Amino acid sequence: MTFFRRYAQHYGALVGLAILGMVLLLALLAPLIYPVSPWQGVGEPLLGPFEDPAFPLGTDMLGRDIAAGLAYGARVSLLIGVVSTAVAVVIGVSIGALAGFYGGRIDDLLMRFTEFFQTIPAFAMAIVLVAIFNPTITSITLAIAIVSWPPVARLVRGEFMSLRSREFVQAAVVVGQSGPRIMLTQILPNTLSPIIVTASLMVATAILTESSLSFLGLGDRNMMSWGFMIGAARTMLREAWWMSVFPGVAILVTVLAINLIGEGLNDAMNPHLRGRKG
Amino acid sequence: MDKETTSLLRVESLSIPLPAGLDRTYAVENISYELNAGEILCVVGESGSGKSMTANAIMGLLPSYLKPSGGRIVFRGRDLLAMSEPELERERGRSVAMIFQEPLSALNPLMKVGEQVAEVMLVHGEGDAAARERRVLELLDFVGLPDPASLRHAYPFRLSGGQRQRVMIAMALALEPAMLIADEPTTALDVTTQAQILELIRRIQAAKGMGVMFITHDFGVVADIADRVVVMERGLVVEQGMAADVLNRPQHPYTRRLIAAVPHREDGADRTDAGGETLLEVKQLSKTYRSGGGLFSKARVVKAVDDVSFSLRRGETLGVVGESGSGKSTLGRCLLKLTDVDGGEIRFRGRDIVPLSPGAFRPMRRHVQMIFQDPFSSLNPRQTIGRILTDGPVANGVPLAEAQARARELLGLVGLEPSAFDRYPHEFSGGQRQRVGIARALALDPELLVADESVSALDVSVQAQVLELLQDLQRKLDLAIIFITHDLRVAAQICDRVAVMHRGAIVECGPPAQIFDAPRHAYTRQLIAAIPGLAWNPRQAVV
Repeated sequence: MTFFRRYAQHYGALVGLAILGMVLLLALLAPLIYPVSPWQGVGEPLLGPFEDPAFPLGTDMLGRDIAAGLAYGARVSLLIGVVSTAVAVVIGVSIGALAGFYGGRIDDLLMRFTEFFQTIPAFAMAIVLVAIFNPTITSITLAIAIVSWPPVARLVRGEFMSLRSREFVQAAVVVGQSGPRIMLTQILPNTLSPIIVTASLMVATAILTESSLSFLGLGDRNMMSWGFMIGAARTMLREAWWMSVFPGVAILVTVLAINLIGEGLNDAMNPHLRGRKG
Repeated sequence: MDKETTSLLRVESLSIPLPAGLDRTYAVENISYELNAGEILCVVGESGSGKSMTANAIMGLLPSYLKPSGGRIVFRGRDLLAMSEPELERERGRSVAMIFQEPLSALNPLMKVGEQVAEVMLVHGEGDAAARERRVLELLDFVGLPDPASLRHAYPFRLSGGQRQRVMIAMALALEPAMLIADEPTTALDVTTQAQILELIRRIQAAKGMGVMFITHDFGVVADIADRVVVMERGLVVEQGMAADVLNRPQHPYTRRLIAAVPHREDGADRTDAGGETLLEVKQLSKTYRSGGGLFSKARVVKAVDDVSFSLRRGETLGVVGESGSGKSTLGRCLLKLTDVDGGEIRFRGRDIVPLSPGAFRPMRRHVQMIFQDPFSSLNPRQTIGRILTDGPVANGVPLAEAQARARELLGLVGLEPSAFDRYPHEFSGGQRQRVGIARALALDPELLVADESVSALDVSVQAQVLELLQDLQRKLDLAIIFITHDLRVAAQICDRVAVMHRGAIVECGPPAQIFDAPRHAYTRQLIAAIPGLAWNPRQAVV
């Protein structure tokens, strides 16, 4: 059975993929649908949803289009989610691979270093990092990456430790392959499934973290984001519910979609679960 | 043996279909045999022959997707297949008991062994607590466990493999069943322990007059204990009869092929001289494992390799035999520098490789190659066979195109199709994978091959092919081979010299004729006496 057929057996995973596809499309097409900057007031302030057909999701207190904000916010959310996860995976895989493969002192050192990051509350550290450097999209992405790599490192370390003693790895040592080459070509391909599954779930967490930072006013000043929209709307919660509800729903739906995809990937990639539903 | 003619169990044209999409339609097809009270019936066959399937059908242990489609299993006049689950539950343990291959996983690790034996009686509502306790002591004593009074309070992990298997047998005997099914009960055990367990099964069978159905893949074991034999191949019974007839005058070609493949020392086949120059010299090698041990506890120290010395010439095969834990695998790993060495010298082509750093040794690795034990974990599942075979030469500076051409050549040499080059390991059987493993080792044109239990995981006919391939390659390429094995029959068949290891030390070393016909060390004598089927010569059966 091909990989996609196995993935498609998971009904929720297909729904997740469809939702994420729509969000991605929205993000890509945002400048075409809404040529005007989302920061620009374009209509009456505080229009409710469907009051004016030009602004189906309403406007905020400065007359900015909520729908345009959502479309541009999707770009920021997805961009930060993907890039910060990629950075975190690179850091986590490198540290985990070195620790798991070489063991001993190196393992001790790297794992104590990892624990150092794990013992600090992730969100608090992200706030501190963003506050120290100016809140730009780069610093936010890096801050999220820095707080989210430790679980990856732990996972990869465990996989490397168990694979290192496998006979095919021993065979690679015996034929004279060097350590880095064994790690990259022999062991790493065999750890990809759990890494991909974890990474897909980390994207969801990263989007949530970014939203939380923006909500607290630590977002990039030049980029519209879902978290910022909710943060800006909190003083108007009773007067203009739509200002916070729509971005909230956007976050919820996107994170849910990514989680569903992660679960689907897990089921499709985990050989132990294959045929479980048959 | 006066009850010889009473049929205890009759399997009548039993068929169990397999789910669609597998390589054959039936797990077992139209098989019939019977087991009489007071005899040992051996069901023998290779992996996938369906030999365990009937045992599971008798016990009602078939997985839910397998349902017998025809036939009957008549036990004392009643069809077991027609019985309801509650009825079967009463029969299980009381009339039919079973012992399994892996005594560690068959025992509950969190329960004392005495309680586990007593539990069998408890669930069948047998006796009161005091009576059960007496019976437990009696049983543990009967299966030859030392000091039953204290041993019954031990947890399974405290016992050795052989002792655990004895506990399993005690549990099986608790209710005096009329029939005992033993599914490869000695396969996971060392050869000396295996001999003791076989002896025990024979003794209790004679004492209790039970019918024993003994499932095994090993014809040596069959020769030791069987009264009658059923040979199975791919779900069919191909031959059955009295043990002496089947073993010494096999009729069916498959049986003949299997028996011909049983490893055995060829008479007078000792190669007198493999007269090459000395390739490897090991002097006073030692390796100690330390585990545990903190501030307040003493570390556990195991001398895995203890002052081992030997030498090996080109074109020679040295067998290293020993039981599990004897340090034979550690010795192999030391020779390849897969593990650190505590002391001694390993002179390869006159140069001591012990003090070399991993980086300094790497260019020399191509001369010393290894064939691994498990054909399933020794190939990277994510790489094609071609990639597996070229990785080594490429790492040693051979251009890729040249390495690929050589890899295709090697596939032919080890008897695989050229199309194997682009396929993945999971598409191959165990024997074929082991051939890939051998091709990988040969890709670097090594001078020394270390084969660590390289044929132990293979079926006997495949094992014979792989052994023949190795010997053939050795002659062609003038290889020196260190053959590590627990199976003395294999060592006797292919080695020029045999070294017997016991607790990390080589206790005796010499040509097979000396080791097997005139063993000097007490441990060697014990090992040789334990070889299953020692008195039986499979070569004479198929001449």
